[in-house]
Amino acid sequence: MASTTTVLALAAQQRRGNPWLRYLGRRAMYFVASLVVLVTLAFLLVQLIPGDPARASAGELATPEAVEARRIELGLDQPLVVQYLRFWGGVLTGNLGDSFTSRTPVIDVLTTRAPATLELALLAVAVVLVVAIPVGLAFGALTRGQRRPGTEAGFTSISAVVAVIPEFLAGIVLVYLFAVNVQWLPVAGRSDAASYVLPVIALALGPTAALTRIVRAETHTVLEQDYIRTARSRRMSAARLYRRHVLPNLLTSTLTISGLLLGGMIAGTVLVENIFAWPGLGSTIVSSIQGQDFPLVQAIILFYGAAVLLINLVVDVILIVVDPRTALDAA
Amino acid sequence: MSRTTRRVLAVLRSPVGILAVVACLTLAFLAIFAPIVWGAAAAVTDTEQLSQPPSAEHVFGTDGSGRDILLRTLVATRLSVVMALTATLAGVVCGVVLGLLPLMLGGRAGRLIVAAINIGVAFPSLLLAIAFSVILGQSGTAATLAIAIAMIPSYGRLTHNLAASVWGRDFVSAARVLGVPDWRTVLRHVLPNVRDPLLVNAAITAGTALLAFAGLSFLGLGIQVPEYDWGRMLNEGVTRIFVTPAAALVPGAAIILAGLTFVLLGEVLGQALTPSTRRRVPRAMRRAQRTSEAPADATAVDEDAVLSVRDLHVSAPGADGQWQPLVHGISFDVARGEIVGVVGESGSGKSVTLMAIAGLLDAPLRVGAAGARFDGEPLAMTTDARASSVDHRLGQRLAIVFQDPMSSLNPALSVGSQVAEPGILHLGMSRSEAKAAAIERLRAVRIPDAERRYGQYPHEYSGGMRQRAMIATGLMGTPALILADEPTTALDVTVQAEILAQLRQVNEEHGTSIVLVSHDIAVVTSLCSRVLVMYRGRLVEDVRSSDLKAGRATHPYTRALLATVPTMSTPRGEPMASIPDDADFTAGAAEVEVVRAADDPALVETFGETALAEGAS
Repeated sequence: MASTTTVLALAAQQRRGNPWLRYLGRRAMYFVASLVVLVTLAFLLVQLIPGDPARASAGELATPEAVEARRIELGLDQPLVVQYLRFWGGVLTGNLGDSFTSRTPVIDVLTTRAPATLELALLAVAVVLVVAIPVGLAFGALTRGQRRPGTEAGFTSISAVVAVIPEFLAGIVLVYLFAVNVQWLPVAGRSDAASYVLPVIALALGPTAALTRIVRAETHTVLEQDYIRTARSRRMSAARLYRRHVLPNLLTSTLTISGLLLGGMIAGTVLVENIFAWPGLGSTIVSSIQGQDFPLVQAIILFYGAAVLLINLVVDVILIVVDPRTALDAA
Repeated sequence: MSRTTRRVLAVLRSPVGILAVVACLTLAFLAIFAPIVWGAAAAVTDTEQLSQPPSAEHVFGTDGSGRDILLRTLVATRLSVVMALTATLAGVVCGVVLGLLPLMLGGRAGRLIVAAINIGVAFPSLLLAIAFSVILGQSGTAATLAIAIAMIPSYGRLTHNLAASVWGRDFVSAARVLGVPDWRTVLRHVLPNVRDPLLVNAAITAGTALLAFAGLSFLGLGIQVPEYDWGRMLNEGVTRIFVTPAAALVPGAAIILAGLTFVLLGEVLGQALTPSTRRRVPRAMRRAQRTSEAPADATAVDEDAVLSVRDLHVSAPGADGQWQPLVHGISFDVARGEIVGVVGESGSGKSVTLMAIAGLLDAPLRVGAAGARFDGEPLAMTTDARASSVDHRLGQRLAIVFQDPMSSLNPALSVGSQVAEPGILHLGMSRSEAKAAAIERLRAVRIPDAERRYGQYPHEYSGGMRQRAMIATGLMGTPALILADEPTTALDVTVQAEILAQLRQVNEEHGTSIVLVSHDIAVVTSLCSRVLVMYRGRLVEDVRSSDLKAGRATHPYTRALLATVPTMSTPRGEPMASIPDDADFTAGAAEVEVVRAADDPALVETFGETALAEGAS
């Protein structure tokens, strides 16, 4: 049976070329397709908004003539197809129009404010991974085979509560505890290292709890596998068993979940930035939606969407490097 | 009372169940009655009492407009919960329809929908909700719609995955073959089978929707003044957090409690709807696990044997809170250089015995023995005692070959590094020395191109090669004993013989003793000098292979086992002999000398008198 499957797999492999390349090719195609959908939706977004973008741009008090002049200036009098193609041209050349409110190129807003958002998200992800993997592994080891039911109950209930706390509430409570009550840390803004502490914790708290739960459950699954029994038959220390034999098998599922969490955290930055007056894109998108600054909204949504798609792509590529079987299975 | 009803009642009576019911009822009660009872009082703006701290009159104080924070929080329950539920209902219904459509439509349209769902899922729902709120404007209704739309892709994907797995099952194929239209099959056969997990997820999704709402309103993109939900209250409260922290913290607490209520509801639904396979071990039994089962009595142990076991017991916690014995006090010895076979039907305790000796049984099982010696030194016989500690003696002298080579090698590590590991662990080898030694051992078990194979992963090996690698791992040290647990069961017949020959070669070259567990009596008699026969956790016969081949087995079970082995003279066309499930040989153990198989009615009925007479002669 086994050898037959291997032979068949080898034959199929020769017929279709390198499965890694095939997988990467398909994954890249999917990425591009998603980007096309994203750009199209961002374009349609402004078309679907009730009200007149030209009026929004020219201002409430502008004369009808001024609004019409503005319409022609923005190219809104052109047929939809022409506008769509122009939009694509803009996306590809980095010219996404000017902000209605500040009259500066939208791309400048993106380049000045995006680093703050990315910094926040990446730091938070680092915290999530650095905390969740060892803690989840430790609790998985402690509660394996129904050991320590008290610890297990405590861990499950506390982590469930923490995982439910949304980042904006975590942010508010943290501000109250550490900035209002004891005034150890700055309330808002982005300056020295201390100003990063509260926003990063607020963003990382819930995902950390969620990932810790998953790592613990995965640890139990891995510990039940036959190959762990084989490893134990080699009489090694518990530390080596967990580091060398359990941990690598956790990475696939942990990374997959981390990719999803990171996508969610990109969205979470919007809320956290608004609490801590963080000078990123999250505070900008809210004000630009409320101020009907459509080019800016469009650009920021494009940025967030592309960031999420890129994260998914990177996670998938890391996954096949860590665990080549996934690529073989998928191809 | 049906099984499901009983399970639901049991879950509802558990602490978590009671908590979930109380929390849901409270939430429902507040959503219905709070606006009626306190609606007017919550709207009163008291200009005398702006931003007051908690007092007798205002339990949590007042906000910036002098309104009671607690009353406003209670009244806001309705809007917050109703919007979340509305969005969930709309999102879930659309998601289910979208998830089922690909099956009903099939073909290109179906694939297109699946692709669309997959792209939608890539984007976090809060981002989608924000994007849609741009189009829909900023109001409660718009936010409801935005959140509903944002949850469609993920719910659609869930539905599609669940439904697609049911779609492949036999009863669905049968319905389709019979010409039932696909849409009918989906509604009648698929939907009822995916309903339970969808319900559980709907409860959790409602919690997520509630949090998403709070988030949108908090950003100022949801509910607008003068209406208020918890998120809107947060939005107003957070700017004044230095003056009246309660204005932000109280609605914040309400959001978390409501969110937890939905999570709890999902948890309880999940427990009630899916039969649990996990059984908890009662506390008293867990304590008993740590004590050894049999009284120590090491006197009877054979000092010269490579392995000597006296009165080995293994038990598992049963459903009724009693210990169910898996191995009932067996004793045996293995001499140096000897190959001993252990046979018996599945569940007779052969593998459990082997794993107990290897020290690889883990809680919740319980292990104990009156005495055990391995290679001249005592062997601790408890669960966990040797599981994860460095033990150079066992690491070098005891090798184990496991049943299924597919699952017994770590898929994340190269085969070579697993073979080399004992060298690094127990023989003080450096990494490169261990590698060289491992390649040499791989060559010794006839793995071709060992240098290249060293770096390959288990999935690149065939089953027989993996088992060879496993033997090579055992040969890194100088094993006195190899415990082989059905080493050939999972392999092709042609490979089986090679692996057995390999084991025999090791035995001949190094004088290594082998205990070979197998349910294949032919394999055992060909390789082993002695055979232990196990039946229902007991050792019923300890017999020389030559005696067994000559038909001199004494126990009726052994003879029955022999009679099931087809030979060249077995008549074709007739059903193969087998031991019936309800045949009971336990009584035979005491009457080994007198009971002849032909006298056993259960056996006569199964095999016929002649077959038994032949087996006995």
